[in-house]
Amino acid sequence: MQKFWSLLFLLVPIFSVAVFVIAPSQHWWLPDNVSSYGADVDHLFMVILWIVTIAFLGTQAILVYALFQFGERGGKAQFIHTNHKLEFWWTLIPAGILVFIAFYQFNTWLDIKAQKNFPKAQPDAEVLAGQFEWRIRYPGTDSIIGTEDDIISLNNLHVPVNEPFMIRLRSRDVLHSFFLPNLRVKQDAVPGMTIPVWFKPMKEGDFDLFCAELCGWGHYKMRGMLTVQSRAAYDQWLKDQEKEQAFTGLEQASTDGKAKQEVTQ
Amino acid sequence: MSTAALPGDWAHEHAHADHHEMSFLSRYVFSTDHKIIGIQFLFSTLIFLILGGLLAMAVRWQLAFGFSSEHPMPIVGKTLFAHTGGQISPEFYTMLFTMHATVMIFFVVIPMLAGAFGNFTIPLMIGAPDMAFPKLNMMSYWFMWPAFVIMMASFFVEGGAAAAGWTSYPPLASVPQAAPGSLTGQTLWLLSLLFVGVSSMMGSLNYITTIVNMRAPGMHFFRMPMTIWALFITAILQVFALPVLTAALFLGVIERTLGTSFFVPDNLVVNNQWAGPGGGRALLWQHLFWFYSHPAVYIMILPGMGIVSDVIATFSRKPLFGYRPMVYSVAGIAGLGFLVWAHHMFVSGLNPLLAMGFMVSTMMIALPSAVKVFNWLATLWQGNVHFTSAMLNAVAFVSMFIIGGLSGIFMAATPVDIHIHDTYFIVGHIHYVLFTGSIFAIFAGIYYWFPKMFGRTMNEFWGKVHFIGTFIAANVTFFPMHILGVGGLPRRYAAYESANLAQFQGLNTLITMGAFTLGLIQIIFVINFFASLFLGQKAGRNPWHANTLEWEAPSPPPHGNFEKTPTVYRGPYEFASPEVEEDYLPQARKLEGGGAASQHAH
Repeated sequence: MQKFWSLLFLLVPIFSVAVFVIAPSQHWWLPDNVSSYGADVDHLFMVILWIVTIAFLGTQAILVYALFQFGERGGKAQFIHTNHKLEFWWTLIPAGILVFIAFYQFNTWLDIKAQKNFPKAQPDAEVLAGQFEWRIRYPGTDSIIGTEDDIISLNNLHVPVNEPFMIRLRSRDVLHSFFLPNLRVKQDAVPGMTIPVWFKPMKEGDFDLFCAELCGWGHYKMRGMLTVQSRAAYDQWLKDQEKEQAFTGLEQASTDGKAKQEVTQ
Repeated sequence: MSTAALPGDWAHEHAHADHHEMSFLSRYVFSTDHKIIGIQFLFSTLIFLILGGLLAMAVRWQLAFGFSSEHPMPIVGKTLFAHTGGQISPEFYTMLFTMHATVMIFFVVIPMLAGAFGNFTIPLMIGAPDMAFPKLNMMSYWFMWPAFVIMMASFFVEGGAAAAGWTSYPPLASVPQAAPGSLTGQTLWLLSLLFVGVSSMMGSLNYITTIVNMRAPGMHFFRMPMTIWALFITAILQVFALPVLTAALFLGVIERTLGTSFFVPDNLVVNNQWAGPGGGRALLWQHLFWFYSHPAVYIMILPGMGIVSDVIATFSRKPLFGYRPMVYSVAGIAGLGFLVWAHHMFVSGLNPLLAMGFMVSTMMIALPSAVKVFNWLATLWQGNVHFTSAMLNAVAFVSMFIIGGLSGIFMAATPVDIHIHDTYFIVGHIHYVLFTGSIFAIFAGIYYWFPKMFGRTMNEFWGKVHFIGTFIAANVTFFPMHILGVGGLPRRYAAYESANLAQFQGLNTLITMGAFTLGLIQIIFVINFFASLFLGQKAGRNPWHANTLEWEAPSPPPHGNFEKTPTVYRGPYEFASPEVEEDYLPQARKLEGGGAASQHAH
């Protein structure tokens, strides 16, 4: 029976490793990365995963072996209180590894977060989070957000591919979090704060925009879409939006603008 | 003190014990006896463990079957949500997970470890007749009751109980119109936790005073069992951290009731209504809350580590390996525990440079945890391991704590945390620490001290069945959550509607099956617990052949604990000592002749 218990504990490393081995083949894995710094984040993830896997398997192996070998073996156990050499080394080595892991993160973190590394200073758009929608504002022709010619989009953030894109993130009510899983971007939107977020998408397509900070009953359905498109398509989209916003309800056929004015009055 | 005047066997059996003549009410209800208070805490928290578990199962039901009237929530669904065919509403879902976490953290794990085990073990293990302040101790239990009543009442007020997460981040938790649970429910939540805080503070001061002042002769600090060390350091942690939580809760209460504004910024419009005068800072709450609640994570694990150290040494029949490093690492975890709170805030808008400092301190806190794991493994090594139910749960704690500790490293790494923050990875991590960590330690402690508490042993066969089931079901439930988090599933979602997350539905259903199995298996524990109270095998004073002082007292110990104050001659882990024939050498046994020889330093 004592061997049974060590086998039960052996299930832990077997099950854990099996889950991580099977997961990628079932698409239960990191979402496809499409951002410039996402690969660095994924690299750090994998480095930590390998280090902890080794530590995990090593300690679990010792645990299982100890239960297997020393389970109910009778007689007296070894009378030993400590071993200073062992204590020294198993403190020093993990300390070294942990310091390495910490310092190994610095560059990527600073690349993403430090103001001096931002690829541009001016925001390309403002994202205003609110219960339960993403209100996106582009500056329009005057390049200033918050003026009358702003282009407004609801829950659909369009960005050009292969260019850094800078967002001014705000919230109008409670906390929200701007989460683009495919771009390894997550930043809380905090009422009262304006937080810069940048990313550089490397692939065209539509990607999820989630809210990742509990914001009320509709948290789960506060979803938006990130549309990455070519520069030309992006410019065209902005133009279309501008036109649509200026559209007042009459057919464009009235070229002199007179009829337009009448309607708005 | 009056001499005993009790009828029958009881008086005879405990003729030497020092106790009063007491009515039922003052002996079992308004008792100042630390053991009764510990048992009161134990029963109360076990009841809330069941409630918290049921709330979790409701959460899991929703995540497996979503908004569907084909799979209404079992039993309660049709009654509570008749108009929707039994499917729950999203606002009810947010309340479910908020209250699950609140109940588990503040009504189960903290009061179970500190309240139940702290009260029961401290005087017994240091050789004291009771706590330093027995009346204060009684009050620490009875101050939990307003907390219980207020929190339970909050389910029935307009809008329901709090639904802003157990972290209650403002403005969601501050502005009444932000969520149904932020009406009256949130105010009651804050008030309830204020009472929990007062209770914890009274308990902690008592523990510190008792351990400093009331140790038996010969019980030097470095002869105290790890359980006592852990509870001592935890109590110090509580005393320093709690005032900050109390202040934050109080600010929250007056922000909500008097219209002051500490956390709500200017010009806020929530749900089309102006949210008050403004001028506050949303991040202030996060700093204050985590300044308490991160140490609280250690408050919820350190006593468990202490219990597990004692159980593993006892059932390995071998001295605890590295006693002093174990003590220092508990102190190290507690000290560093105050310097890591902002690692919950890496993507909150915190200064990125500050985040780097918190990353380094967070990485370093893994070090004492690693040292503890190595020492536990070394204790097993060359031991003579007895697989009792208590031991199995303690070893499971070590096995699972390795997972919980290692998964923490991902979150400590700031760039990686960007992706996994607020996803199911975090949920997996916290459950490896708090369920398979704290709860396994709690089970180990219950199986281990049950004979001392009630004079009977729990059934070992059913204890093992319960262990196997819990161990397997817990891993099936919590391990796949890491994968969900890697895949980017945000937590606190009532449903995952994105087509890009559709492949995870199968895993979510598997987790739910695991969770329900886990819940059902606990019925074995409940039956074993109550049946053993009355039918369990009678235990002598020292059924496990352990060394510490509580095993010198009768089982259960009478009021006043010991017939005569024990004297301590050696450390708590002298198993397999060559000085005696048996494989254990109690702390209080005086050896004829060369007793001093066993007091060697490490």
